[in-house]
Amino acid sequence: MPSFPPWLRKTLATVATVAATILGLLFVTFMIGRVMPIDPVLAVIGERATQEQYNQTYIDLGLDQPLLVQFGIYVNDVLHGDFGKSIRTGQEVTTDIARVFPATLELATLGTIIGIVLGVPLGVVAAVRRGSWIDQLARFVGLIGYSMPIFWLGLVGLLVFYGILGWVAGPGRLGIFYQGIVEPITGMLLIDSALRGEWTVFKDAFSHIILPASLLGYYSLAYISRMTRSFMLEQLGTEYVTTARVKGLSEWQVVWGHAFRNIRIQLITVIALAYANLLEGSVLTEIIFAWPGLGSYITTSLLANDMNSVLGGTIVIGTIFVGINIFSDLLYRFFDPRSK
Amino acid sequence: MTSTPSTQGLRSWLLSEEPSSRRQARYASWYKGWLTFRSNTLAMFGLAVLAFLIFAAIFAPILASHDPFAQDLGQRLLAPGDNGHLLGTDSLGRDLYSRLLFGARISIYIVLLVVMVAPLVGLIVGTVSGYAGGWVDVLLMRVTDIFLAFPRLILALAFVAALGAGIENAVLAISLTAWPPYARIARAETLTIRNSDYIHAIRLQGAGPLRIVTRHIWPLCISSLVIRVTLDMAGIILTAAGLGFLGLGAQPPSPEWGAMISEGRKYILDYWWVATIPGIAIFAISLAFNLLGDGLRDVLDPKEGDA
Repeated sequence: MPSFPPWLRKTLATVATVAATILGLLFVTFMIGRVMPIDPVLAVIGERATQEQYNQTYIDLGLDQPLLVQFGIYVNDVLHGDFGKSIRTGQEVTTDIARVFPATLELATLGTIIGIVLGVPLGVVAAVRRGSWIDQLARFVGLIGYSMPIFWLGLVGLLVFYGILGWVAGPGRLGIFYQGIVEPITGMLLIDSALRGEWTVFKDAFSHIILPASLLGYYSLAYISRMTRSFMLEQLGTEYVTTARVKGLSEWQVVWGHAFRNIRIQLITVIALAYANLLEGSVLTEIIFAWPGLGSYITTSLLANDMNSVLGGTIVIGTIFVGINIFSDLLYRFFDPRSK
Repeated sequence: MTSTPSTQGLRSWLLSEEPSSRRQARYASWYKGWLTFRSNTLAMFGLAVLAFLIFAAIFAPILASHDPFAQDLGQRLLAPGDNGHLLGTDSLGRDLYSRLLFGARISIYIVLLVVMVAPLVGLIVGTVSGYAGGWVDVLLMRVTDIFLAFPRLILALAFVAALGAGIENAVLAISLTAWPPYARIARAETLTIRNSDYIHAIRLQGAGPLRIVTRHIWPLCISSLVIRVTLDMAGIILTAAGLGFLGLGAQPPSPEWGAMISEGRKYILDYWWVATIPGIAIFAISLAFNLLGDGLRDVLDPKEGDA
């Protein structure tokens, strides 16, 4: 492509990468759908259908076509937002996912915010005071975060903060008295109740979300602080920082005005990745806290052999995952003058 | 430290500046690595925990105080220490301490299986990709990137859903999602080795691609893979436990730790130990692997260590 300007070529390459990755994702889910030991025809028509109905549905589903053609049909359906029907709920998988997704988004977003607010300063201070107790603390926090099973931490959290101390509400998204009061706008309870001015509902929703969100936040805190620390160490070792110090700038100006300014872009990439990981990592947390989000939806469907829902959920999370990855990559390119 | 003349001799032989044989040089480099590793207290702690765990797994039948599968409803949900049950009993009256010991076998089994499959797949894909170059390289790396872009736990969930629940399928699902980073590492190593003089020399002597890759490139990829695998083990254990917790890994009555947590979950508010104790075991083993991995990285790959 010699005639294209470089930025257009890069954009086209990115688009091609995204398309290939998503096509690959669809191929994997398609193959999973084909190898599973459940007859897709019986799943649609039920056990007591006649042979003619069976044959008709078999043809309608395109199962008599070659595998590649079937894959084409599948890709076409998915691109039109058709993941098929859920056997468990009897609704379109797309409708189901639209209903449960805001709960996951709310949880993961709050978790990431907690991770940023605590993780970034911790990482910066750990790098500036390298080897001090706060650096050890950051290392310790990270090590525990990488080694602790998240579902177990959730259980222990429930035991301590709900069972023993009673500081937070138990599993679920909202207490039984508050359900159905707030008309959904975004589907995210904290935002909706605030917009509608229902502060008692907001308070209850907050006391339900704070524990699972803090746990997820802890995991992204572990990751974000570790990366922040290593980025900062790299910057603090450079000559311009020495120059700034020699010029007589205060430590605060050197750290936040110079070194931190230069890691912002790298940090955004890390935060985007942490966010994507939380969307996925919330699966186990949602189970523990009976949180009616996408993770609960996928696992409940899984145990009910409802493959359309499982694969639909996998595609949605996979696509978001890929999307966030690409987005952070683009952001990096856009903001970092060296990559232009 | 008191040392007898013979160990003193061994030590100086190992630390000799001028090794007289290839074997001596190799042992010497291992010994120096061990000395570095030994000075890392945390890594040694990790190693000790793992050694203890392997010991517990091997001698589980001797160390166990009860049959891990024997139910006794009269003795259910006993607190730790009651009636000779060191860590208490679960909802079916099974001894938690004994189940924990036998569960260590399952965890080690899972880790060993994944470690045998995933790095090998990654090694093959990565070295073939790096050595062959051209369209093979492009194709294989694109596939690797696609797998790398997937959310791992979700994909493992979908795989297990398709294949059916069970330990072997969980291992397969974890391996299928775990190999891409190894392929990346192996490819990077291969690219740096591929054009070195000794490879040219072997090729001139008539060695075919298969021999070059398996006998001369693989050995050099091992150390970077070992570091990565050790650091990944914690993740593997956590994923396996997560699958077990969801009821998709080891099936009851198997004393797999994740499944044990899942069983104890219902009683968490009144009988905390049933779910808490297996979690501590999972935490200990993955912490140990993380510490060990950090230590190994310092020994085998000094340039990648924490700045």
